Amino acid sequence: MKVAVVTFPGSNCDYDLYKAVQQVDGHPSFVWHRDRGLDGYDAVLLPGGFSYGDYLRPGAIARMSPIMEDVVAFADKGGPVLGICNGFQVLCEAGLLPGALVRNAGLRFRSHDVYLRVERADTLFTSDYGEGEVIRVPVAHGDGNYEADQGTLERLEAERLVVFRYTDARGEATEAANPNGSHANIAGIVNERGNVLGMMPHPERAMEAVLGSTDGVGVFTSLVASLSGAAG
Amino acid sequence: MSRFRLEVLVTPRPGLLDPQGKAVHHALNSLGWTEVEEVRVGKAIHLDVDAASEAEARDKVEAMCRKLLANPVTEDYEVSVVGSREGAPS
Repeated sequence: MKVAVVTFPGSNCDYDLYKAVQQVDGHPSFVWHRDRGLDGYDAVLLPGGFSYGDYLRPGAIARMSPIMEDVVAFADKGGPVLGICNGFQVLCEAGLLPGALVRNAGLRFRSHDVYLRVERADTLFTSDYGEGEVIRVPVAHGDGNYEADQGTLERLEAERLVVFRYTDARGEATEAANPNGSHANIAGIVNERGNVLGMMPHPERAMEAVLGSTDGVGVFTSLVASLSGAAG
Repeated sequence: MSRFRLEVLVTPRPGLLDPQGKAVHHALNSLGWTEVEEVRVGKAIHLDVDAASEAEARDKVEAMCRKLLANPVTEDYEVSVVGSREGAPS
């Protein structure tokens, strides 16, 4: 599995993603934001960080990068695209996912573990989880408050496009478990076609027991499994 | 060709939670300005733009707002011409 990890100026989770892909026996390559062309890649990952210093709005400048034209074309062809944290913000700014991520409701930068309920275990990125499974992974963001117009929010629920929700350890989507004020505790969403996923929490930082959790591994093993399934 | 200075005011959309505005509101209240009902914090962007007319300059900046300067999901914007130079229309 050949995986492109796009690096923007200010990305800081690109090496974590690279390592995560290696850990599940994928073959990662860094792709600089000014490079062009994603031919030959099986998946594209947009990392967390603070591209362009979050100037204007998080992700707003990065989405104008030359490589983003190729990322949009890759997604339009059905290629799997995963955006984590700043990557999620970039996907929203680029129009590949609906809505926007705005300043956390409590104004604080939140950097701690959260529990997530896996709402969909039938996506390219979550097939190795069980539906309703509760996992523990870290968040680290100041702008993770998911906002969209009422029609979009209703559509996300009706079409089951919410993939991860912030919950407590028992899987209850309480207000206390919501780190940033996101509507309906939304932590991650997928597009209708199912090939573009954006999430604020960091599965790539939950890959080794010695670092606190291995609950993020499933995202990457799911991706490998779905791609090898497609190839076979 | 004239040069126009335009101001873009970007504000959080009505109804959208504005935590920055809330924090500033609290601070003002605690300083004694209890008459302040609501605070919304946005940003002002000033641009110097070359264009044949004020209308053209405005059109260009409106296009910039739609494409980059504001996010229609969460923000409203307002464009105004605040100055001009060289053969500016009267």
